Formats: sequence, C-alpha cells, structure tokens
Amino acid sequence: MIQKTKSISIRIQGVLVPTREGKTILEAAREAGHTIPTLCHMDGLRDVGACRLCIVEVGGSGRLAPACTTPVQEGLSVIIHSPRLAEYRRLIVELLLAERNHLCAVCVCNNHCELQAMAASLGVASVRFPYRYPALAVDLSQERYVIDHNRCILCSRCVRVCAEVEGAHVWDIMGRGIHSRVISEMDQPWAEAASCTRCGKCVQACPTGALAEKGRAVEEMVKLTDAVALAASRKGARL
Amino acid sequence: MNKPKLATIWLDGCSGCHMSLLDLDEGILSLAQKADLVYSPLVDATEFPEGVDVTLVEGAVSSQEDAARLRIVRARSRVVVALGDCATTGNVPAMRNMQPLSRILQRVYIEGADTSPVIPSVGVPQLLGQARPPREFVKIDLHLPGCPPHPKAILAALEELLQGRAPRPAEVKFG
Repeated sequence: MIQKTKSISIRIQGVLVPTREGKTILEAAREAGHTIPTLCHMDGLRDVGACRLCIVEVGGSGRLAPACTTPVQEGLSVIIHSPRLAEYRRLIVELLLAERNHLCAVCVCNNHCELQAMAASLGVASVRFPYRYPALAVDLSQERYVIDHNRCILCSRCVRVCAEVEGAHVWDIMGRGIHSRVISEMDQPWAEAASCTRCGKCVQACPTGALAEKGRAVEEMVKLTDAVALAASRKGARL
Repeated sequence: MNKPKLATIWLDGCSGCHMSLLDLDEGILSLAQKADLVYSPLVDATEFPEGVDVTLVEGAVSSQEDAARLRIVRARSRVVVALGDCATTGNVPAMRNMQPLSRILQRVYIEGADTSPVIPSVGVPQLLGQARPPREFVKIDLHLPGCPPHPKAILAALEELLQGRAPRPAEVKFG
C-alpha cells in the first residue's frame, strides 16, 4: 500500500524517531525496533486497548496512554520503558492472574501461553492480591473446540478475528467490569451458534488456554498465532 | 563454625517440589556441606526448631493445621521461601475453591465411597473453606514458582539465602 500520510517525527526515550501520521505509538515504536509488551494486540486486527500492558508515558507530564490506540503526533515525546511503567505492567499481569483461575500446571497451553510468558518476562513471581477463584463455566458443546472462561483475559482477540477476518461475528463480550464474559451469539452454547463456521481462527488467536482444540492434554495446545495474524493482515484469506 | 539451618515443610502439595529439591544431583552434596537440614519430611525431627535461617514451604494452606504450622515456621525462621506454584498461587489444591467445602466433602466421602460413607471428623485436620497461598497468612520473603520449580533455581536461591544475601531475580515462571 502506498503511504500518502505526512512524515513526522516523535521522540521515543528521548530519541527522535521518524514515522508517519495515522500510525499508533505502538506501530511507530515497533518499526523503530523497540519492544512494548502487549497481550490484546494482534497484527492485522483493529486495536482496542483492552489489556493496558502497552501503556506508555506521553508528553512532559507523563500521562499514561495505551500505545496501541494512541496516534502519533508531530513532536510527541513518549517514554516506553521506566520503573513506573514496569511496576504498572506487573500490576496489570497480577490483576489478570488474580481475576480468574489461571492454573498453568494443568493448562493445555502450559509453556505456550502469552500470559504465562508475559508474567515471566516482567518478573512476576507471585500475586500481591487475594486470588478470587471465581466459579466459571467451560463450554464443551462445540464438536472441535472448547472455551474455558477460567483462562480468559478478555483481550477480545477472538471477538475481533471472528468479526473482522472471518466475517462471522459469533463472539462478543457481555456484562460489565468483573462480570464481563465472552459469549457466542446471544449467550447460547457454542454448538448452537448458527453463524459459527467452525474455522477455528478464534482458537488460534487466543493468547491463553481459554480457547483450545478438544482432546489436547496439558502443554499440547500450541497456537498458530502467526498464521492467524498473517491471515488477518490479508483480510479474507483462509487458514 | 555453625552451619546455617535449613528447614522444609510440606503443606497441601504433591511433594513434587521436594522431589525437585532432591533432584539437585551432585548439588545436594554441596548443599549438605553449606547447611544443616534441621526439619523436613526428609529428616526425623518432630518439632519445628527455633532459630532456622531459611525455610522452604511447599504447598497451599488447606487446613487449620497447615495454617498453624505455617505460623510456627514464620515465627521461627529468618527467611521463608514459598516453593512452587501451590505455595504461590494455590494451584491444584485451589481447584476446589470454586465449590463450597461441604459439596466437595459430600462428593468425595459420601457419593464417592464404595463402603461406609462418612465424612471424617476425628483425628484429621479441619479443612479450611478454601485452599489459599501462604502469603495470605504470613509474610513470604521469596517466591520460587514453578510446578515444580527447577532444581537449579532452588539451588541458586538457597546458595544466596544461606549466606544471608538476597538472591538475584531469576527467570521464573508459573507452571
């Protein structure tokens, strides 16, 4: 695609970085070779700023903003790594771990999970908050796949890949705050969702073990995240 | 010279973390030279001694007895280390937490019994309503997650702690 947007410069960690109008801070930073941690971002999908891991300090005041949904502006100054940001990112991961039942040792995605890897890379060795241990459902109705709400972090990658790439829009998120939950169609069992094409993009896009192929044992569920991101980048492509 | 005192305690876990400790290979010989193991499922001591330098805690706190033992450990240890995922997140023992305790006991001891269905109440520790991680009961100085933690991670942490130093943050992961 030919870019017709205006060439601008922003500062990342104090260093001038060339970029273009219309890009997000996350895109500009990654193109400049920087790494910003993300969970809800997936290449090719519209960004929603759900996980908040990509928060950066913007401007002189250090206001916090998600890099994935904040557009660059001429002269913008961004701090993407600082002790304060590292602490907030650890806090976010700890809150995610405390919110539902993430039992890595018995998970199909053990050792292949983006949340688990994120905790390790941020140095989260324990959670300072009391675990909630909520009673959450597992929907086994679908013949090939399973959704386990215990492991869901509400990143909405399944919702977006289904709506934006497959064009089916089976998934949505209902409820508010702590009661939010991914649902298929009008909150009915997955098997009864007539719009589902059984393509499995949601399963492969899911960063944790919340969506998985049936019959996988512990550690056996390796996601084809890159393949889905590639398909998402070329909208309409089939897996 | 007196060697530092090391202790380990096994709460609600599968003993896999203790197995990982034993899995140090020749490292266990150097550890034995650097510390006295004064209390552990691996030694005979019946009472948790005073003045312990480092105690490794395996397992979640699932019963009143677990909680009482953990409090004694904390009071008598300079450094308390949560060893493994059960002692960090609750892990597998905490999988019962989504159900009321009465439902669990009913399922296991009444519905699950082939003969004499009765919920045991005499001579066994009173279960808590939920299995919870030790840090919700006492101060934990270091968490070594993993199911089990890697033997080298245990050894690396112990070597620093036994010499009174804080271990460098190592690459750790749950699961």
